[in-house]
Amino acid sequence: MTDHIETDVVIIGAGPVGLFAVFELGLLDIKCHLIDILPKVGGQCAELYPEKPIYDIPGFPMVTGQGLVDNLMAQIEPFNPTFHLNEMVESLESIGTPEAPLFRVKTSENGTTFVCKSVIIAAGGGSFQPKKPPIDNIEAYEGTSVFYAVRKMEMFRNKKVLIVGGGDSALDWTVNLQPIAKRLTLLHRRDAFRAAPHTVEKMRSLVASGDMDLHLGQVSALKGNNHVLEGAVIRKDDGSEHLVDCDVMLPFFGLTMKLGPIAEWGLNLHENLIPVDTEKFETNVPGIFAIGDINTYPGKLKLILSGFHEGALAAQKVHRYVYPEKKLLFQYTTSSTSLQKKLGVAA
Amino acid sequence: MGVIHVTDRAGQRHTLEAIEGWRVMEIIRDWGLPIEGLCGGACECATCHVFVAEDWLDKLFPPTDEEEDQLDTVVTKPSSRLSCQILWTPELDGLEVTLAPTGD
Repeated sequence: MTDHIETDVVIIGAGPVGLFAVFELGLLDIKCHLIDILPKVGGQCAELYPEKPIYDIPGFPMVTGQGLVDNLMAQIEPFNPTFHLNEMVESLESIGTPEAPLFRVKTSENGTTFVCKSVIIAAGGGSFQPKKPPIDNIEAYEGTSVFYAVRKMEMFRNKKVLIVGGGDSALDWTVNLQPIAKRLTLLHRRDAFRAAPHTVEKMRSLVASGDMDLHLGQVSALKGNNHVLEGAVIRKDDGSEHLVDCDVMLPFFGLTMKLGPIAEWGLNLHENLIPVDTEKFETNVPGIFAIGDINTYPGKLKLILSGFHEGALAAQKVHRYVYPEKKLLFQYTTSSTSLQKKLGVAA
Repeated sequence: MGVIHVTDRAGQRHTLEAIEGWRVMEIIRDWGLPIEGLCGGACECATCHVFVAEDWLDKLFPPTDEEEDQLDTVVTKPSSRLSCQILWTPELDGLEVTLAPTGD
């Protein structure tokens, strides 16, 4: 591994708290790269509740999840951070000393490697992963017959495909895979779909013309042998059950958050949270910080505003690692010409 | 004051003191039972999914479209509800729910 990116700080998680950390670090001349498993920035604000109003961001009587993210992106624009989206940090190893920390960070998807002086974990509840339905023995079929995402459509040519769900992913893949599948069945718990109306209409016309099947109910069991799926037992609301013949099942139940590889980085954990001090928000490993919903300390409140504060204080300590020889002068953006220059607003 | 009865995923039944105006999810979480409530009660994640005992089902306000949309993302039974959408009132003294299984 010769190619790697050298930077001051890697921020894991591009939610609101990770984004604001870019601002606080930027004022201190600290460069950063952000990594997020989602294809977009904003974390939970953008993924879970983009349209929901938030009322407790200081200075905003009301702002939506997406509105807050858009504003943060505008605020950090002068610092020109680099985003690595659709990537999950797989490993984090310490290659320095406690006095002069240095870290190697690797992501899974295209295996980007970073070498940096500090790491800020702003991963919220962990990484967003597909929600797995609680069906007995489903793990036995994962990767062979059960898939939570479609990577290559060709894999499903001439297969009997069962798609489960009623949202956009389920409906989009229904109409996209129907032409190449041997037989496509869509299963949903009710006869109402939360997806683009024209896609729902297309699905309904395929059902009407007999080119695919629509079943209402839930998967209650899987039938098969040796990791190869042969059918799924469908339970209706009235308790009756029937078998649907299928080679492949694609459940599309949205995303949830899981701690993921963070548990393997040698950090102290307390109930899936990372304990930090309240002066620097540093973990048990010098140079690794944790801010926002992922950390814990006495009195912790999981509020976005707490994460902003934590980022500002962590940045002060990061400065000592990045510029050990420089004394840090505390300044205000209202009055400091040098800060205003960094923000591109100096007169 | 009143109580709710919550059966956890191991089948053990807990009787929890309830507080008027709290969401059932919040009562369960406050007592330390394993309920995730990832989105904090915004009806956006379905990680507070419970099964409500049959004789209590029609005493609850029916689910909104928003709740139904979220229930689409879990494996439901006819008794499925999101506990963040059930506001506890004294009429719900003795409410009986079971934590729904999670996928891992």
